[in-house]
Amino acid sequence: MLYRAPYKRSQGIMDRTQHNNMALDIQALSYQFGSAHALEDIHLTVHLGEFTALLGLNGAGKTTLVSLITRLYSSKQGRIKVFGIDIEKNPSKALAQMGVVFQQRTLDLDLTVKQNLQYHLALHGLSTKGSVTKITQALTHFNLQSKLKEKVRNLSGGQIRAVEIARALLHEPKLLLLDEPTVGLDMHNREFIVASLHALVAQNQVGVLYTTHLVDELRPTDTLVILHKGKIVKSGSLESILKESNTQTIKEAFSLLIGERA
Amino acid sequence: MPISGYLICFYGILKRELTRFMHQHSRFIAALIRPMVWLFIFAAGLRSALEFSNTLPYEGTVLYEIYIIPGLIGMILLFSSMQSALSIVYDKEMGSMRALLVSPFPRSFLLVSKLFSGVIVAMVQAYVFIAITWLWGLTFPLSGLIYVFPTLLLGGMLMASLGLLISSIVKQLENFAGVMNFIIFPLFFASSGLYPLAQMKKSSIILYQIASLNPFTHMVELIRYALYGKLNELSLGVVILMMCLFLGLALMAYNPSQWFVRHKSL
Repeated sequence: MLYRAPYKRSQGIMDRTQHNNMALDIQALSYQFGSAHALEDIHLTVHLGEFTALLGLNGAGKTTLVSLITRLYSSKQGRIKVFGIDIEKNPSKALAQMGVVFQQRTLDLDLTVKQNLQYHLALHGLSTKGSVTKITQALTHFNLQSKLKEKVRNLSGGQIRAVEIARALLHEPKLLLLDEPTVGLDMHNREFIVASLHALVAQNQVGVLYTTHLVDELRPTDTLVILHKGKIVKSGSLESILKESNTQTIKEAFSLLIGERA
Repeated sequence: MPISGYLICFYGILKRELTRFMHQHSRFIAALIRPMVWLFIFAAGLRSALEFSNTLPYEGTVLYEIYIIPGLIGMILLFSSMQSALSIVYDKEMGSMRALLVSPFPRSFLLVSKLFSGVIVAMVQAYVFIAITWLWGLTFPLSGLIYVFPTLLLGGMLMASLGLLISSIVKQLENFAGVMNFIIFPLFFASSGLYPLAQMKKSSIILYQIASLNPFTHMVELIRYALYGKLNELSLGVVILMMCLFLGLALMAYNPSQWFVRHKSL
């Protein structure tokens, strides 16, 4: 992840390999709800094989940013590119590269896990013939293969979240967006999901943008972006942020940077 | 995306709608009971009091029970479209609409596929209702079953487009009942579904004018004529025009780059 000052043409020349690895590139993005600034001058990049945690309190603008990246919202200020594809100019191509887990549950509770995942495959133009093997494999990552024919309504909160993550990975995206996917889960399920995602990053070379307000979900290898009141206040590796803020823990650093108790 | 991808996507959306519909037995029964109550209780009661003559496309005198059938088919399409709109609002509130909208297919294709799937469900209900009227002895030319097919499709798309437009405006499920009262009852009662326009003109010119402009009237007339193997060109034009208008507005309402949508949660 790179955080840069407002984009200048002279700074735009970057190493070609690095550019090819860039899963998400956000430049000078701003968004307003009426007169209220939800996001201001956001610059953010996510590379393949990188786990970027977007840390912010409730109302910091994390969900708004995910809504803009997935084009549920649209902004005329700034630009968002997914593997070099502008989301406004070619949303279809950009969305095809993404797997998304929204903060709100998006599975159909009245359908089975299999029916939900087959529906997802169809929405990506992928045949559902012979999909059971693929679906079972995706569920196996989360030990949910036995739940294939279970109605989503009958699953626990943690299981539903895990199914949503398995679904987001089903069409083999190279960029994974997760908007507070562990909200409402117990400690065990949270740890399991965060560990599973890190394992996926290591195995699959996907880029992950993971929003959270929980500092204990961060791992030393993560790239951290701190969002506060719609602005990025700091970004970099955990180590560098601790060093620059002269603090011992990320919780202290976070509180110091946002000027509030986290 | 290749054409096969579009077909797979459409089939997936259709399959989901049909699966949900099959799970909701009460929805299917309710969709049939409503027009049956009108036909077997309301219309049967008025049978001796109401008979219409010189009403196109009928020849001679027409029984009220026969006259009301196209209006009741229209009612099925109307209620079904509102049910679909309600389900879209529910999906928006529950979040599953987002799963659809982040698909890489064009949003207009996704929404039209969803509408079309709902229309197919409504058409099944309409044909089952037609079969019941036949069993009851209220018949019309057999060829009408074929001629009515495209009009049900068009009428269904008209109502579904209106439903989609409403779903883009209504944000919460709680508000939906009120909106339905504002939409369904005026559309149905101020139309030729229950009484011929000529009869309406005798009692109230204003009501006649409103009913003449009501797209539901034209959908019902299109179905009425088709059941007798005839085409009402004016109604066909109005139905196509209004469908394009409602659909166009609804697709714009789901396009986040439109200024009036930009801050709305989809």
